[in-house]
Amino acid sequence: MAVPSTSPIVQAHALGKQVISPEGDLVILDNVSFDVAPGEAIAVVGASGSGKSTLLGLLAGLDTPTHGSVTLDGQVLGELDEDGRAALRSQRVGFVFQSFQLLPSLTALENTMLPLELAESGDARVMATEVLDRVGLKDRIHHYPNQLSGGEQQRVAIARAFAANPKILFADEPTGNLDQKTGDRIIELLFSMNRERGTTLILVTHDLALAKHCDKILELEAGRLAKS
Amino acid sequence: MMRILRLSFRFVRREWHSGELTTAALALVVAVASVSAVGFFTDRVRGAMSQQASELLAADMLVVSSSPIPSEWTNRARASGLDTALATQFPSVVLAGNKPLLAEIKAVSPAYPLRGTVRVAQKPYAPDAPTDAIPATGEAWLDARLMSQLGIEPGTAISVGAKKLRATKVISYEPDRGGDMFSIAPRLMMNAEDLSATRLIQVGSRISYRLLVAGGTDQVTSFRTWLKPKLPTSAQMQGVRDSRPEMKVALDRAEQFLSLAALVSVVLAGVAIAISGRRYAMRHLDTSAILRCFGASQRTIVGLYAAQLVLLAIVGSLIGILLGFLAQWGLASILVGLFADQLPPPSAEPVLTGLATGLIVLLGFALPPILHLKDVPPARVLRRDVGNLPATSTSVYVTAVVAMFGLMLWQTKDPTLTLYVSGGSLATLLSLGLVAWLLTLGVGRLRTRVGVAWRFGIANISRRARSSIVQLIAFGLGIMVMLLLAIVRNDLINQWQDSLPVDAPNYFLINVQGNQVNDLKKFFEANSVSPPTLYPMTRARLTGINNKPVDSESYDDERTRRLATREQNLSSAALPQTDNRLVAGRWWSANEHGQPLMSLEEDLANRLGIKLGDTLQFSVVGEPVSFTVSSLRSVDWDSFQVNFFMLVPPGVLDDFPANYITSFHLPSGKPELLGNMIQRFPNLTALDITALMGKVRNIMDRVTLAVEFVFLFTLIAGLLVLWAAIQSTQDERLYEGAILRTLGASRRQLLLGVAAEFVTLGLLAGLLAALSASLIGYVLAEQIFHLPYKFNAVIWLVGLVGGALGVGITGTLGARSVITRPPLYTLRRA
Repeated sequence: MAVPSTSPIVQAHALGKQVISPEGDLVILDNVSFDVAPGEAIAVVGASGSGKSTLLGLLAGLDTPTHGSVTLDGQVLGELDEDGRAALRSQRVGFVFQSFQLLPSLTALENTMLPLELAESGDARVMATEVLDRVGLKDRIHHYPNQLSGGEQQRVAIARAFAANPKILFADEPTGNLDQKTGDRIIELLFSMNRERGTTLILVTHDLALAKHCDKILELEAGRLAKS
Repeated sequence: MMRILRLSFRFVRREWHSGELTTAALALVVAVASVSAVGFFTDRVRGAMSQQASELLAADMLVVSSSPIPSEWTNRARASGLDTALATQFPSVVLAGNKPLLAEIKAVSPAYPLRGTVRVAQKPYAPDAPTDAIPATGEAWLDARLMSQLGIEPGTAISVGAKKLRATKVISYEPDRGGDMFSIAPRLMMNAEDLSATRLIQVGSRISYRLLVAGGTDQVTSFRTWLKPKLPTSAQMQGVRDSRPEMKVALDRAEQFLSLAALVSVVLAGVAIAISGRRYAMRHLDTSAILRCFGASQRTIVGLYAAQLVLLAIVGSLIGILLGFLAQWGLASILVGLFADQLPPPSAEPVLTGLATGLIVLLGFALPPILHLKDVPPARVLRRDVGNLPATSTSVYVTAVVAMFGLMLWQTKDPTLTLYVSGGSLATLLSLGLVAWLLTLGVGRLRTRVGVAWRFGIANISRRARSSIVQLIAFGLGIMVMLLLAIVRNDLINQWQDSLPVDAPNYFLINVQGNQVNDLKKFFEANSVSPPTLYPMTRARLTGINNKPVDSESYDDERTRRLATREQNLSSAALPQTDNRLVAGRWWSANEHGQPLMSLEEDLANRLGIKLGDTLQFSVVGEPVSFTVSSLRSVDWDSFQVNFFMLVPPGVLDDFPANYITSFHLPSGKPELLGNMIQRFPNLTALDITALMGKVRNIMDRVTLAVEFVFLFTLIAGLLVLWAAIQSTQDERLYEGAILRTLGASRRQLLLGVAAEFVTLGLLAGLLAALSASLIGYVLAEQIFHLPYKFNAVIWLVGLVGGALGVGITGTLGARSVITRPPLYTLRRA
């Protein structure tokens, strides 16, 4: 589907999420709407439990909203089934998580190759090796996650996220499990790669200093958008 | 597809190294190894047993005809690669000097017998030895009775018809002697080449021509198929299965014991695989969520894990088959001295069985929880509390039960046995689940009355209610199967062996005339042997059922045809024998003596399609007699007592000629008794059944050994269930242990807590296992083996103590890493 580059690449419209808890219905997100332009870097900030991760899950199509809609690169996610959303993710979306989420049974190279293989991209091995080289892990491509330090694991995760050249990158507290120094290096790497590839970045963090690297900051308070 | 396979290989390779698949793979290997070892071994034992049964025919197949065997049949059999031999049997007078005696002549061709061996002695009742030869031309071999009745020594000249022969040896054992024991006169065996010179083969002579055939099963079957349409009504075929009914019972029972032993290993292995499969799925929830997050479709996830399972099934099965083959080979070589004959090599069937079992067990038990992985929501990458494995899933149980039932049915080929065993297993599962659930409800009360370690241990059981129920079921099932096997192995087999008492009859005495009955009883008393009961026997031919004529065309099945058309032996009795059980109708009262009633053996009645109240028409010495079927009996054929298919009340057959038959136990210290008896009553024929009984006992002993061998595999499978169950809660246990240790719990406290938990689980599982095993043992004894069940208190003691100790020690050892692993290591990995 051809989408003009000026249209928003991510659109959240009246997004809401409710879950049933023993105390009754619990509103996690309430009527959240915003647009993200292509190539833009957005930070979603808020206290623990404010609904940041839920919002990220809904935007990436990892979960479905109770009401409202998400349009990702011109495609309304609500019109797709789970496998349709998975296919969309494999083509256009990358992820970086707080707990790295590397598969322990695969090497750094194999972890990086994974999204390429799932998207059935050309030479996964060559492309994954290149991107691992870019994150500075050329010498450690055959190591398993438990043989790497936290910073190295997150570099592999970044390499994996960028390997398939996604249009949009979602990052959930990417420095949350790292010390300050390592975290700073990771952020530096993340933003420089983001710039190089013109990727749209949606970053969830409670760290305001980190959020300031972004073009725009969305603040969530008890599931509502406080400031944008 | 290739992409999924490539990913699968990658996962398997790494997970094998990380030990992720070890328990699942081991369970699979043990499952297949046990099934294959049993498969290979039973395949060979069955082969050996068939060979033994073949001995009773002296061939694998026998054609008996009242007219000479056409050379076309013999040629066809030989052309098919089968061995053949001919035997001609007829009654004839043998003359020694001027003394005539009726004997059963058997003229044999070289190669007789094709199965089994003839044993001969140099003198009557002297030590004997096997021989491969047959009587040379001009010679005859006589049995000891014929020699003593003729009053001759080996070397004496005798006449058979117009031919003079020299009696050279004494036949002490003839494999196919028992075929028709009630009509056998003393035996004379001669060479077939001398037959025409006797001039006894005339038109109208009562001659039985026999073609013996032996060789590969396929060739025998195809020869049988070829011959069947050509067979005139005067000829019949007999296979191994058609031989003596008591041998058939022994063979069938042997198959049941072995199948049962094989089944319990399969059940246990299935349980171990189900537990391992669930754990594997639990540990792959995150991986699936990540894969989903990066765009893997549900199909890709299913393909990925299913390919891993199939790969594991194939590799694990092949290793299992190899181990199974080695195990049975080792066992066969250990037992070779105990077996009279060599075991034949196994067929290829167990290899296929092993592979199929591996696939069915792994997919049936591990696939349902693994299939759940496709439903893991990708949002789990953000929130780990979503997409957990459901604790209970109908699909898991349905698939496992269907897989198990299918496997059982396939292995036993016996729907009744399968129903009982699977019903028992299901009932145990349900009762274990129910009691485990009750325990978790009531355990709170116990917690306030025990020390801190026990409180912690018992609290764990109630807190992890769902996994505790799963563990209890696994432990309970494991212990139950072991106890059940002990019941089968010790109680049932011993009872079965005991059903042949040491003083079981070892001789049949036939042709006793009515006027000899009292003299014979006195003879026994005079020799300090308690006189046996003598049963009258009147020859009759069944001519009609409900006035519809019976002939050889009435039935399709050869055995039924033979049973219907042969000479029947009618006997009378005032009361049923102790080894007979009335299954329908009622026994006649004293008032009904002399009435034309009949009691039929139930299998015969079923085969001939006779029901209670039917009238049967007989010809007795040419005179028509009709009886009404008033009862049906089951008969314990392996008691070796004299038994009759057809019984009538006393007084009905008094007007017809009868002779008497009995069986008695000849004490080993009185060999001369037999000679004296024959001298005193020369017309009697004594049939030695010691050899036949020895064979039945031998088969029983072999089966016992085979079952004990299988028990080893069941034991390994049982231990693996325990191990898998311990592993299933290991992650949770490690995490909790790490937190408790961080909070200051001592190693001793943790250890005692873990021990208390497993001892309690073991105790309860043992109690339930003993209950279920006793119940299933009772049903098996009563319904399958037809033996009276004896309550065994040891089972309960072993169940309780063994459960508490076995599960307690194994569980504590298995969970020891809770104590040994540094808490930080565990917490970092969480």
